[in-house]
Amino acid sequence: MIPAAFSYERAGSVEEAIELLSRDEDAKLLAGGQSLIPTLKLRIARPGVLVDIGGLDDLRYVREDGDWIAIGALTRHAAIVRDAVLERRCALLTHATELVGDPQIRHRGTFGGSLAHADPASDLGAVAVALDAQLVARGPNGERTIPATEFFTGPFTNALAAHELLTEIRVPAVERGVYLKYQRSARDWATVGVAVADVGGRVHVGLASMGGTPLRAAAVEEALAGGASAADAAERAAEGTEPPADISASSDYRAHLARVLVRRALEQL
Amino acid sequence: MTSVALTVNGTPHEVDVEPRQLLVYFLRETLGLKGTNVGCDTSSCGACTVLVDGESVKSCTLLTAQADGSEVTTIEGLASADDELHPVQQAFHEQHALQCGYCTPGFVMATVSLLQENPNPSEREIRQALEGNLCRCTGYHNIVRAVEAAARAGA
Amino acid sequence: MSILGNRVLRKEDPRFLRGEATYVENLTLEGALTITFVRSLLAHARVVGVDTSAAEALPDVQVFTGADIDVTTGPPPIPVLEQRMRRPVVAKDVVRFVGDIVAVVVSPDRATGVDAAELVSVEYDPLPVVVDMTDAAKDEVILFPEVGTNVAGRAGRMDHDQNLFEGCDVVVSDSIESQRMAGCPLEVRSAAAQVDADGRVTAWLSTQVPHRDHFGLTATLGMEPGQLRVIAPDVGGGFGAKSAFGAEETLIVWLARHLGKPVRWTETRSESMIALPHGRGQRLELKLGGTRDGKLLAYRIDILADSGAYPGVGAFLPNLTGLLSSGVYAIPRIEVEGLSVVTNTTPMTTIRGAGRPEAAQAIERMVDLFASEIDMDPAELRRKNFIAKDAFPYQTAAGATYDSGDYEGALDLALRAVDYEELRAEQQRRRDDDGTVELGIGISAYTEITNPLGEEEYGEVEITADGEAIVHTGSFSHGQGHETTFAMIAGERLGLPIEKITVVKGDTDDVPRGTGTFGSKSTQIGGMAARGAADGVVERAKGLVGDYLEASVADVVLDTALGRFHVVGTPQPALSWAELAERAAGDGRLVELKVQHDFKAPPTFPFGVHVAVVAVDVETGKVELERLVAVDDAGTLVNPLIAEGQVHGGVFTGVAQALFEEFVYDDEGNPLTGTLVGYAFPSSADLPGWEAIEMETPTPSNELGAKGIGESGTVGATPAVWNAVLDALSPYGVRHVDMPCNGENVWRALQEAKA
Repeated sequence: MIPAAFSYERAGSVEEAIELLSRDEDAKLLAGGQSLIPTLKLRIARPGVLVDIGGLDDLRYVREDGDWIAIGALTRHAAIVRDAVLERRCALLTHATELVGDPQIRHRGTFGGSLAHADPASDLGAVAVALDAQLVARGPNGERTIPATEFFTGPFTNALAAHELLTEIRVPAVERGVYLKYQRSARDWATVGVAVADVGGRVHVGLASMGGTPLRAAAVEEALAGGASAADAAERAAEGTEPPADISASSDYRAHLARVLVRRALEQL
Repeated sequence: MTSVALTVNGTPHEVDVEPRQLLVYFLRETLGLKGTNVGCDTSSCGACTVLVDGESVKSCTLLTAQADGSEVTTIEGLASADDELHPVQQAFHEQHALQCGYCTPGFVMATVSLLQENPNPSEREIRQALEGNLCRCTGYHNIVRAVEAAARAGA
Repeated sequence: MSILGNRVLRKEDPRFLRGEATYVENLTLEGALTITFVRSLLAHARVVGVDTSAAEALPDVQVFTGADIDVTTGPPPIPVLEQRMRRPVVAKDVVRFVGDIVAVVVSPDRATGVDAAELVSVEYDPLPVVVDMTDAAKDEVILFPEVGTNVAGRAGRMDHDQNLFEGCDVVVSDSIESQRMAGCPLEVRSAAAQVDADGRVTAWLSTQVPHRDHFGLTATLGMEPGQLRVIAPDVGGGFGAKSAFGAEETLIVWLARHLGKPVRWTETRSESMIALPHGRGQRLELKLGGTRDGKLLAYRIDILADSGAYPGVGAFLPNLTGLLSSGVYAIPRIEVEGLSVVTNTTPMTTIRGAGRPEAAQAIERMVDLFASEIDMDPAELRRKNFIAKDAFPYQTAAGATYDSGDYEGALDLALRAVDYEELRAEQQRRRDDDGTVELGIGISAYTEITNPLGEEEYGEVEITADGEAIVHTGSFSHGQGHETTFAMIAGERLGLPIEKITVVKGDTDDVPRGTGTFGSKSTQIGGMAARGAADGVVERAKGLVGDYLEASVADVVLDTALGRFHVVGTPQPALSWAELAERAAGDGRLVELKVQHDFKAPPTFPFGVHVAVVAVDVETGKVELERLVAVDDAGTLVNPLIAEGQVHGGVFTGVAQALFEEFVYDDEGNPLTGTLVGYAFPSSADLPGWEAIEMETPTPSNELGAKGIGESGTVGATPAVWNAVLDALSPYGVRHVDMPCNGENVWRALQEAKA
């Protein structure tokens, strides 16, 4: 319940955050804290320094940019749910974000923080890979863009380099998208989450909780591209995946759920 | 230690806190406001719910340091200046929406926040909005009725 | 115009609504040291050594180990329980479950305590682990070598009658498990203690049973009764989990005495999930026989119960399961056999229902299986076998004597409320439509035992100098609303409004004796004790009034509507309670208006019928509970608002067991559901509203006609929901689904039926 002791710094700008991260190998970023603080309380994570970027209001925005929508990394889930631009142009993200946590968590948790946490069970991770979102990171060596499909490198591990932070997430405007998840109960993690989206004429399928990272269901996409029906394509949902076995479900059941939910999501698309 | 300036129930405070101090313990132990309860250690139960800048937040999942510059309202700050119960508190009383009372401050604060954002929620919306608050005594039925009653009363 | 039977809002609400409740962790205790327990991470191991040096290097930290504290606790002294399986409050040689205490840290504050506890280094020599109760019953891995067996308790008879099922055309059998559950009160345990100036210890405990704790703690620690005061202030729920003091409370008192300083402790939730005793955990082998036209003749129930690592009252529960095994049916031949065994898991206790939910789950599944076997509607089969309304008091073949019941009346009410025929028609329409969501309708008919130990409760009423009343009770509500209900009961006898009646409870200095609150007994014994004390005060008052009005006592009457005494037939002169109290106080006679009354009564048997409607997605297995109609009859309801709240909460626990919750260990005894993330405690978003229907068949056991209702909802709801799930799946050839009926368990059952 009580975190191990750490020092604390408030960053007044992105540059200052980068500098603070560079000063200490043991430093961790604090955004909304809704993913990080629980790990501190159970002493699973024990950073020596927390760099609080919660005050960086200039990383809170939703802006249309042609066929893309740019979302500041510190935009809170509640703000994303309320945002009229997203509702109009990428409702998939709106609807998936409505399912994240509970209202209290959505009032504080951030889009960038959630993605950076890289939980393989994360709803937003599945949506990000399905959308081929582009994640903008800034570090001591400048700015770069990391595709969502390359961002998640393992359970709770992301592709950010040392001293880099996410500043923006860019999602394509997408008219048709569906997110379905199965949970043991309303407040449980996704046992399996499925995000399907028509991205520029091609149907993408993102999966949560079917492996060590959020995944694309490549076999399903291939089948669809080859003209298969939703039902037939969905049969391949578990191909290339390694669904975990844990207290929520066995691997078999997850594989089964993936097939059912992918089929249903494709039918609803 | 780190400096924090925040307002709690209308009273400004400037304090130095241990960075690892959670807001809930600042409220309970530093300020002696013991109405906000700790019910779990995994941000699951919502017993610690307070309002931060008007929005419901689990005070066990916020460092005191993160509340710098914010206005915090706890259960103790809800009653009117004349000490009359807030309409949500009154609705919980009238609908018998509390038994042991431990989850109650959290539910009341979550309800205040909900009705502020959605003044006329359906039953489905109420149940989903209260997903972050757990109760063992009431089976939730009367709590949902209380939220509906508070909404009707224009809370 | 009596206040009884009215939906009176609770007097105690304001402090809880305002955040002014007095839970133990809210106590201000000057100079109190914080206690943190170091707990075993292994389920079964020898303790080779405990290195406290790094911990004690932190400023003002002291660590105690099993070498320093030689105190044990044991099971209740019931003959069917193995008495030699005692628990050292701090493990010295062996740890027997993940959570067993191996060291105690004393620190100036909570954060230092956690830091120090992490630094205590324990060397273990692992031993083989036995987690599964069936394995434990084989006596291969033995937890207490000096005892030589894992058997901790017995129930029923050990020999089987070979002719039990003679005359039965049809016999159905099943093996079921009533899975382990955690009580999960929202307030975890806290305890605090200090030695007062006079050398007496005051202990504040988050408990359901302050007097029982007082008795047990003084006995365990070798203290004279007068050396301890126990105060239970506001307590945030118990559900049976807080109905016995544990190693932790014992240590808090021990430490206060040893250190001569105030100490306090609050567990974390993850700590509570493994250290606060669990419930259920029974495996049942069942066989039900009868005639092809639906007359039930014989029932065998074989219970294997998990006691956890250190047996407590939990090991006794198969006896209650056996006692209630035949439920509401007139089954002439019953055979019960029960065994409780220890395993390397959290000890088990009396969680809401305590043995009776298991009995109802068993018989109600079997009745449905029998109905399915003979192709009879499950409501019809039940009706055919109910104990008749005029047959009470009724002694069952299981040895219980039921006081009153109207099972058919409850069934009729419930079926009417759900419009049963229309539901069956809708079910058939959906089956014909061949969709992926099936409708299931489940019925349970139950009775259960309240005030199971037939206890005696203490009550006292006194009139104050300004003519108000104080009720002292040995009951202890921790959510059940006694400050309102008992005020109503006393007020009705005294003719005083409840605003003028204060209920005092929870402090062994204020209340000389009591049994606390568990087993749904408080209204029927605590309420009756208060009632008797109030009547006693009225009698005494009449004596004084007789003196003051110069009339004979026999001619004095109390007008309860106005709260005034006068001579019969002559409304004036009259004395109100305030006037009487003032005069009596002036004469030094106020003390006469104080009467104690102890009330004892045998157990009573509330009953009911629940109907559950579920929608099962046969592709994912997910079960959605659409409706739960509950008819619960607990006799006279003093405050129907509070009674209904108890039904809601009870139903919630019953549904949680049927569909969501299970406490799980891996094969090494590591808890897998040790936080509220892993443990599937449902939120409001998972559940519908409850439809609670009142029915009142008074008991002859007390003048109120009241039985207990606190656990009824739990007993009735689980089997109704479980039966509904099986009903939805019957077209697929599924006969059994393991609880909780979550998506995976349903899916597996469907897969197996296909195979």
